[in-house]
This record gives sequence, C-alpha cells and structure tokens, in this order.
Amino acid sequence: MTNNRQLGKKAPSGTRLQRVLALLRAMTRDGLVLSVLFLAAGGMVARAAYLQLIYKDFLQEQGDERYLRVVEVPAHRGMIVDRNGEPLAVSSPVDSIWAQPVVLLSQRDRWPQLAAMLEMPVAELEQKLAASLQLPNEHLATMSAEELEQKLADRKNRQFVYLRRHLAPSVAQQIVQLKIPGVYSQREYRRYYPDAEVTSHLLGFTDIDDVGQEGLEKALDAQLRGIPGQKRVIKDRLGRIVEDVESIRMPQPGQKITLSIDRRLQYLAYRALKATVLEHRAKAGSAVIVDARTGEILAMVNQPAGNPNNRNELQGDLLRNRAVTDVYEPGSTMKALTIAMALESGRWTPTTMVDARGPLRVGRYWVRDVHNYGVIDVTHVISKSSNVGTTKIALSLPMERLWQTFKDVGFGALSGVGLLGEQPGILHHFTKWGGEIGHANHSFGYGLSINMLQLAQAYTVLASDGLRRPLTILKREQPPDPSQERRVFSAQAVRQVRAMLELAVSKEGTGSKASVPGYRVAGKTGTVHKIVNGRYAGNRYFSLFAGMLPASNPRLVMAIIIDEPQGAYFGGAVAAPVFGRTMGAAMRLLNITPDDMPSMKVAGVVPPPAKEATP
Amino acid sequence: MENEDGRFLKLLHLDLPLLLGLLAVSGLGLVVLYSAGQRNLDLVIGQAIRLGLGFVIMLTLAQVHPRHFRFWSPWIYLVGVLLLLAVMAVGDISKGARRWLDLGVVRFQPSEIMKLAVPMMMAWFFAEKPLPPRWPHLLMGAMITAIPFVLIAAQPDLGTALVVGSAGAFVLFLAGLHWFIIVGLLGILAAVIPLFWTFVMHDYQRQRVLTFLDPETDPLGAGYHIIQSKIAIGSGGIYGKGWLNGTQSHLDFLPEGSTDFIFAAFSEEFGLVGGCLLLTLYFYIIARSLYMATYAPDTYGRLLAGSLALIFFIYAFVNSGMVSGLLPVVGLPLPLFSYGGTSLVTIMASFGILISVYSHRRTLTR
Repeated sequence: MTNNRQLGKKAPSGTRLQRVLALLRAMTRDGLVLSVLFLAAGGMVARAAYLQLIYKDFLQEQGDERYLRVVEVPAHRGMIVDRNGEPLAVSSPVDSIWAQPVVLLSQRDRWPQLAAMLEMPVAELEQKLAASLQLPNEHLATMSAEELEQKLADRKNRQFVYLRRHLAPSVAQQIVQLKIPGVYSQREYRRYYPDAEVTSHLLGFTDIDDVGQEGLEKALDAQLRGIPGQKRVIKDRLGRIVEDVESIRMPQPGQKITLSIDRRLQYLAYRALKATVLEHRAKAGSAVIVDARTGEILAMVNQPAGNPNNRNELQGDLLRNRAVTDVYEPGSTMKALTIAMALESGRWTPTTMVDARGPLRVGRYWVRDVHNYGVIDVTHVISKSSNVGTTKIALSLPMERLWQTFKDVGFGALSGVGLLGEQPGILHHFTKWGGEIGHANHSFGYGLSINMLQLAQAYTVLASDGLRRPLTILKREQPPDPSQERRVFSAQAVRQVRAMLELAVSKEGTGSKASVPGYRVAGKTGTVHKIVNGRYAGNRYFSLFAGMLPASNPRLVMAIIIDEPQGAYFGGAVAAPVFGRTMGAAMRLLNITPDDMPSMKVAGVVPPPAKEATP
Repeated sequence: MENEDGRFLKLLHLDLPLLLGLLAVSGLGLVVLYSAGQRNLDLVIGQAIRLGLGFVIMLTLAQVHPRHFRFWSPWIYLVGVLLLLAVMAVGDISKGARRWLDLGVVRFQPSEIMKLAVPMMMAWFFAEKPLPPRWPHLLMGAMITAIPFVLIAAQPDLGTALVVGSAGAFVLFLAGLHWFIIVGLLGILAAVIPLFWTFVMHDYQRQRVLTFLDPETDPLGAGYHIIQSKIAIGSGGIYGKGWLNGTQSHLDFLPEGSTDFIFAAFSEEFGLVGGCLLLTLYFYIIARSLYMATYAPDTYGRLLAGSLALIFFIYAFVNSGMVSGLLPVVGLPLPLFSYGGTSLVTIMASFGILISVYSHRRTLTR
C-alpha cells in the first residue's frame, strides 16, 4: 500500500486531523477555500435535490410532453362499388416521402442519390428545399456555409416538406433504407379508379389528402371518409416516430357504397357515346340509362372525359358531369309527353286525324315542318315528328295542362338524386310562356330546358305505365316504395304513346337507327337549334334521342344528347345509333327476353301489353 | 508485495488515492457516454483512447522535476501569449469565434496552453517575491493574468477566459492577498461588471446571461438548453431511469447531451443518488489535490498546485451548476466526463504537474 497509509497506521490516529485543524486555525485562507468548496458542493446537492425531489413531477410531466405525442392514423376510405360489387373507386396504401429541410440541406452529397430514387432532377429537389425554407433558389449553391447557417437559424421551425407523394410502398421503403438524415416516409392512401374516364364524371375524385373534391366522392364524402384513429407514440426531437406506445383509437374505415350503376352498362354506353362523338366530331355528349322498374340509374356517361388517375387530366371541362350539370331545350322528344297529355284528356285518340299542313301561323310566328305531311293521324304526328300537328293538338287543350304535365314528370326541379352540380333547368309558369306561341313552342320542346337525367326520368314515366318513381344513384336493396310513386298518366294513354314511339323507331319513323334486333324499341328523336348569343343558330344543333325497350314491357330507358355534331345533325342520324349500339349488347348482358322474334310473329304470340298498345 | 507495490508507485511518482479517484470518474464517464452518445461504441472508444493519452501525459509530467516547470514557466507563458496574438491575426474561425490556430500538421487552441501557463507564470513570479505580495508586485501579477484573459475573452471564449482568469486569481489568493485587498478587488469587480457587460461581452454571451436569469423567455432559442437540461435532471428523480433508459437524451431532446450537458444525461439515468455520488468523487479529487498541494516543498510548487486544484474545482462546479441552471451557460466541459479531447489533455496535464510537485517533495527537502 502507499507510503501515506503506512505512515498513517504508525502514527497516532489523531495526527492528521490535528494537523488539519491546526492548519485551519493558522491559515484562515485555507479555511476559506474549504468552506467555499463545501458551500459549492452543498449548493449543487441542494440544487439537484430541488430539481429531482421537489420539482420532479412538473419536470417529468414536461419531459413526457416532449416525447409522448398523439398522432393520427389515417382511416381507409370506403370503396365505391357498382350494383354487382365490382369496384369503381378503391383506396390503396401508398407512402409519401417528406424531409426536414434544414437537416437535408446539410446532406448535399446525398442529393443526387435521393433525387434519382425520387425520379426527379437534383435541381428540382434543390428547388423544393429552397422553397420550403423560403430561400431564393440561386443562392443555395453559392452561399457560404456561415451565411447559410445564419439564414437557417431563424427558419429552424420549418420542419416539413413533401419531396414526393404517393410512391409505391416498395420504392418508399428503398428510399428510407438509404438512411439519409432528415428524410422520412409517411403512410397515406391513394384513390384509384379502375374504370378511369368511363366513371370519371359520376365519381369525381379526391384531392391528394384523400378528401372528396367532385362528384360522388364529394357528395358522399361523409360516409366514405371514415374516422382517423389515434395512437400515442414516442417521437424524438426531429419528429421521428421511435416507438408506438399504445393505440388510443383504432381508425374506423369509411363505409363501402354500392351504387345503382351497372359497370358493364356504363362501359357499353361510354363506348357507344365516345364512338359517336368522335365519328361526328361533336363537341360533347351525354347519356343516361335508368332501370324503368326501380328508378335506379344504371349508367351515366359523358364526353369529353379525362382519366382521374392522372392528376394532369383533372380539368373542369373534362370533369363536368354534363348529364346533370348542363341543361338543353329538349325539342321533339317532348312531343311524346304532349301527346300523352292529349290522350289522357280523352279529346284525342291515336287515330284522330290532324290537319298537319303547314306552315301554321300562330300569332306573329310561323310553325313549320321539314316536309308537308298533309292530314295525318295522331300516331303519325309522333312518328313523323310533326311540329304543326303537335301544335294543333296542344293548342286544343289548356296551357296549364301542358305545364302541369311537364311539372309532374320532374322538369324545373332537381331530381333528388343528390348529384353535385345538378341544374334543375328552367320551366316557366305557363302564365309567362308568352301566349299561344309559347304554348306551341313548349309543346314541341322549346322555351324550357332540362338535363339528360330529367329527360330519362320523363321517359321512365312513359316506360312504367305512367308512374313516376324517385330516381336513385344508390342500389335499391328493396323494391321501390309504392307510397313514393305518383301517377302522371293513365296506363292506357302511356301504352298508346309507346306504340306511337315504336312506330317512330320503325323504318318509316325518324329514329330507325335506334332499333335493336329482336326487341321492340320505343323512342323519340330530337334535333334542336343551339342558341348562340341569344339567337337560334342556323347551323349548330343538339341531337337527342330518348327511348326504352323492350317496348312490350320496358326494362331500360336511355336518354342521349350529342352537342354540335358536324355534318349530319338530325337526332335520328346522330343520337339514335348510340341507343341501338348500347342496348343491343345490354339486352344480351342482362339476359332480357326478346319480344320481337320472327318466330313469335309466325306463332302469333304477342305479349298482352303490346296488343293493347297497338293502334 | 505491498512494499514492492508501494515502491513501484513511488518510483513512478504516482499518488494512488488521486489515481483511483481519476480512474473512477473517467470509468464512470465512459459508461455514461455510451448511453448519452446513443450507444455509439466508436464514440466511447475514441474517448477511451483520449483518456489513455491523457493518463500517459499525466504520468510523463509526473516524472518531470518541478524545478524544470519552474525554469520553463516564463517561456511557456511568453510563447502562449505570442500564439494568442497569432490567433488574433491569422486564426481560423469556427462557430463565430476565432480560437483555432492551424499549424499545418495540427490545429489547436492556444488558449488551452494558457490554462497551465498562467498559473505557472504567476507562481514563478510570486515565488521569488516577499509574501504577502506588495502593491507593485500585485499590479504586475494582475497584468500577467489580464493579458491572456483579455486576448481569450476577445476571441470570444468566455469559458476558457474564466478558467484562465480564476487560475491567476487563485495564485494571487494563495500568495496571501490581504483581506482588505480581496474585499476591495471584489468591489472593483462589482463596479467593472457593468462596463464589461456593455463593452467587452458579445451579444450571444449577454444573451446567455439573460437567458440564465429567465430561461422561459426564450424557450425555443437560447433558453432551450437550460430548460431541456433541467427537465432531464428533474425527470430522473431519486434513483433515475436506469442506464440506457433516459428519454430526453436518447430522443435527442437534450442538446449537447454527450459533451457540455452530459451531467444532465447522467442525472436522468442515475438520479439524485448518482448525481451525489459523482459530486462526491469530484469533491474527493479536489480535496486530495488540495491536500497534496499543502505538501509542496516550496512556494512555487504550493502556489501552482493549489491553483491547479482549484481550477479543477471551477470546471466541475461551474459545469454542473450551469447544467442544473444555477449558473449561466458558459462553454465548460464536465472534466473527465464530457466527450472531447482538448480540455481533457489540459486537465490531465495539470494533474501530472500536481503529482510531480507532490511526489518530488522528498528529493527537494533532502
């Protein structure tokens, strides 16, 4: 052992203490040193005890606050499916890469590597960082380290910038594994639309934060969204989640929504519409298919369209669901309603003769037909689409009657389906129609405006023997509630009109191109002058067709409009083929029994309703 | 065996009680550093190598006879002052202060030399003067201390300036300054502080003091260090959270957790009990050093050893005081504990000189 200890053992035990005491007495200076030492040590111990005993709870709470955080767990957005459960809009997990700009800024040598993984030029990465720190970009590369440090000091709070959002989880994983300081990934959900532009107008889209922005995504956002969960995590100073502590609330996924849409019909209608719009170099077009028995909307398509999976194509013009947002004068398609009203009145029957020799003078105006049809019966007023004949029939009845009919089939009011941006159109009160000429105009579809859903709805009334049922975009789990049905026309009047509409689609009518082999089709064409600068333009048209089949017992109703076709413009030439092309395949798909097979004619088998309706 | 051991230590001019104290603190320091440095073993190994180097330097200086220190004192001091002037002229700037001198091969802080050179020079100067010192000598001594103090404070490096200044003051004090002079100087100091505040101190230094007085005024800026440090210490409680379990240091909320603020990281994990143990170890080292100083054979040795022992005291208690919010933040490491090399070497060198003074007493008295 040491020299000292041996000395200490040999000497009397009090020696050293005595010497220290003597020193203290002799040299107060050393005493001072010792007392300062003791004071300092005592002060330190007291301070530590103060912090760790008395102040402890507060400081511990403060400490916990710094690293225990509650973070949101994103909820899975509900799926949108068609009536058969086929997905129309699904959310898939993706990862977004974000960075702490101040940290990443000091990792300049890793930028090329990171930029390559993010598939962007280094310059773009640099720009993102500069923008997030609100530094002028050109300075970043040339700034001296100290200058930069100075500038960053007061921007330390800017802790977050997205470098790239919605990457495939596998790619994000690779980026995270580069372990570049200040670069992190975050789980999110991205909306995907399997049918792209086919369903784009109807479904709308969500923004990058998965919130519905347009269409059904917005209208049904509350149901689709779900409730984000919460979890308690341990975060370090840089906001990195180090550890999950507990789940406070599980995220509640949004509801799955089943639409009344049939994806197959949607696709058929879209294909036919697109082909027609291209063929006639038209500006736009819309088509709606409704189930005549339930009021369910089976398809709703528009042209032009954009792919909602590509954010560059999210432009207003491509997105608009024209079938409900745009209203048109419906033209001759209204004649079916005018005639139905006339038959309902009892003053007219399908065989009543009408002098349709034109032109007909109404007040200061002339009503004309394309040809002079001479004296024809009511059936041929429809099948030939005579404006003069329709005017004569309408003027024989009160104006209010026609207005009431239009109102009853749903014109001038929202359909109640709840689609975003729907326009009710204009149906003025009959007192404001402007007298006889207004009456005449309304009878063949001018002076009022409706959207395609309303047109389909009106023809659904004709298809369902005069009953009006509320339309819906959601699948009906039960048959429609009879208490919500309203009778607009008698079944007999409607059946007679359907027979007339069948003739209109026959070879001698205007809409023969809407025919579907094997099925009896009832429908009406329409050709309307566009209004340009407040006047009817001589050479621009809307071509329309509204129809249903099988005419003996209608199942499907379809309304079509083509905006400004080039060349041929008659509804029968432009819009009617869309019906024919769509419905031929639709009938087979839905496995609907044909009602117009040659064998049936030979056997004399004709379904009872059709017999009644035959003129 | 025991005798041989003792003889061996004597041959090496080593003091076992001091050595044990130093080893205990540095060993504990390595353990704490592993946790405070986010389990980075490289950090610990690096520090262990520096400690080893420090012990070698200590051992080497312990062999040197004090008369050599005494002989070289003025020259070391002179070179030190010249280097400080060189720093002023051509020094490297880092973190806004001009402290470093780049000699091509090594980059070092000349101010570190002054931590030893000032007490050596002061001891050299007063060793040959009648004690207690007279007025002209006092003024001369004040000059010797003031020149490097001002040069270092201007870099600016308040922490080192404080150490250098107090080293000189300790020698003056140990040389036997009259009580009325001490009181008078304290009075002058009180009068000078406002001037110092206005003309000498830099903005960031003033800020540190202001923040020390009320950290909550700037919780995200200058007050952040102190608040986080207090939270770390306080949340340790009596027994601490246990080794490797400190949240504030591991989650990076405690700034400088492995360097200047390692005491907070230590207290969080080892609590009041650990803190008291560490303070006791420091107290033990200081007490042993002072005790050894009293055995110094001559005035030079006594003044130098006493001053060095008290500097160690300044290190330990200024650092722990600042970390726990008792004193303003000055950049002083916790000796033998904080990660970092420069001051460690100086501290170990000072213990080498201390041991040399103590262990060569016989040869002198003989």
